[in-house]
Amino acid sequence: MQRALCRATQRSRSLSSSRRHASTLLVAEHDGTKLSEGTLAAITACAQMKPITLLVGGSAEMAATAAKADGVDAVQFVDNDALNHGVAEEWAPLVEGIAKTGFTHVVAGASSFSKGLFPRVSALLDVAQVSDIIDVKSEDTFVRPIYAGNALATVKSEDAIKVVTVRPTSFDKAAAEGGSAAVSAAAVDFSATGTTTWISEEVAKSDRPELASAKTVISGGRGLKTGDNFAMLDSLALKLNAAVGASRAAVDSGMCPNDMQVGQTGKVVAPDLYVAVGISGAIQHLAGMKDSKTIVAINKDPEAPIFQVADYGLVDDLFKAVPELESKLP
Amino acid sequence: MSGRVLVGVKRVIDYAVKIRVKPDNSGVVTDGVKHSMNPFCEIAVEEAVKLKEKKLIKEVVAVSCGPQQAQETIRTALAMGADRGIHVEVTGKDYDTLGPLQVSKIMAALAKKEDAQLIILGKQAIDDDCNQTGQMTAALLDWPQGTFASEVSMEGDKLKVVREIDGGLETIKINTPAVVTADLRLNTPRYATLPNIMKAKKKKIANVKPADLGVELKSRLEVLRVDEPPQRQAGMKVETVDDLVGKLKDAGRI
Repeated sequence: MQRALCRATQRSRSLSSSRRHASTLLVAEHDGTKLSEGTLAAITACAQMKPITLLVGGSAEMAATAAKADGVDAVQFVDNDALNHGVAEEWAPLVEGIAKTGFTHVVAGASSFSKGLFPRVSALLDVAQVSDIIDVKSEDTFVRPIYAGNALATVKSEDAIKVVTVRPTSFDKAAAEGGSAAVSAAAVDFSATGTTTWISEEVAKSDRPELASAKTVISGGRGLKTGDNFAMLDSLALKLNAAVGASRAAVDSGMCPNDMQVGQTGKVVAPDLYVAVGISGAIQHLAGMKDSKTIVAINKDPEAPIFQVADYGLVDDLFKAVPELESKLP
Repeated sequence: MSGRVLVGVKRVIDYAVKIRVKPDNSGVVTDGVKHSMNPFCEIAVEEAVKLKEKKLIKEVVAVSCGPQQAQETIRTALAMGADRGIHVEVTGKDYDTLGPLQVSKIMAALAKKEDAQLIILGKQAIDDDCNQTGQMTAALLDWPQGTFASEVSMEGDKLKVVREIDGGLETIKINTPAVVTADLRLNTPRYATLPNIMKAKKKKIANVKPADLGVELKSRLEVLRVDEPPQRQAGMKVETVDDLVGKLKDAGRI
């Protein structure tokens, strides 16, 4: 421990003496036991902006776990209950304060947490933010999708501190084991503002893989007609160990909850296999899934735009094709 | 709470339009392309008008930053029930580089000038897909934020906000004044009726310049180029489920 602290001090000295070089503050997301997939992808995205210091809101144990992530150079942690639920008003001044201690980049995986927090940090730092990058050209130049992924903008930031969120599906995940970063408590006075009170959350529980990181995703759209018919997709998903998603049409008509929505305004997924069932393929939906490796479409309308992006398209009644597909899977 | 609400509305290329990247890669083609109010902004306007109908607030002020055409978007908000508009005129190069940071500085300055108790914005614009302006505005004012809201209710001088988060929903309570950003499920925006469109023509739109508000529009973010995304290779149609299973097996996907 003594040695770790000593190393951390040396590192912070070398950081302040070489401010011109990149050094990244990566705001970690975790569930109390492991780093999120988005955080691991962000570590990979920051390979050109090292060293990487991970900021962990949580216990020393969680910080020690985070320190094992491959590619992380240091971990700073702040253990305070006010940080528990990712309340942006509490996090923002903290991240701002640490960012100003010599970091050139402040980064996180794009998620509902960082989407709430990072613009707040940017405004406090008086810098622009680059959201949801899919490629790093250099320390100051990034590529990000605009217009629901129908165009890719290459942007250059001349801000002294670059605030960036990373699209998790666009980068490989760093290994959660194998690293040995120095861990230290962040040298900050943290006091809660209390303007926002977290009350409760309702998180849909499922033993299925998480939608954003599943290898296979099966999504249903308006063609399923009722929420009950989603059971058909659940059953297929069970066989394929897949997550179940939905189009906005399915969510809007109350067939399934909003957190299942794949698209520009929902989740962005890029699984190995994406099966779109009864989904026409509106621009907004394609924005959320067109980087999937293999796309299958099952739709009875041969003119549906989804067939323009599908590797394999089956023009058939889904109520017949889906049960048949399930029965014929190995 | 019984004060004034500012609603930010943005004019964007209509959501149903298939956009085209300019041949010189400087941006996307906007000339002659159908524009309309950003869908999330419509939801923000609807929510503000509803609060007024419930007599929880007194006045709804619609704000848009941009060239002359931004006034059309403000008119739409007025026809939906906003009381008056503020057009913050930004043109030319300033408009090309106008981003969330600049807009949030304008919104924050207006909130102070107009003594607003609440700002409602959409969660993101469907053109730049940034999802930043509301949060930045809240930070500049040092107000709390209720982002990605799917339900907003007033509890005395506080707001209860149900938020769409990864994995489900979250409920928070925030002090006012505050900034709220609207998610799709917050409400279903009303259509402006012809009589209301006619009435909206009589409502006032004030014209201000960013400089009047003491806001400097300098941007340190530059768009170097805009490209078409890589196109997917054309796929194939399969005749039967057996065919499909065979192809997926061959591709190693199942």
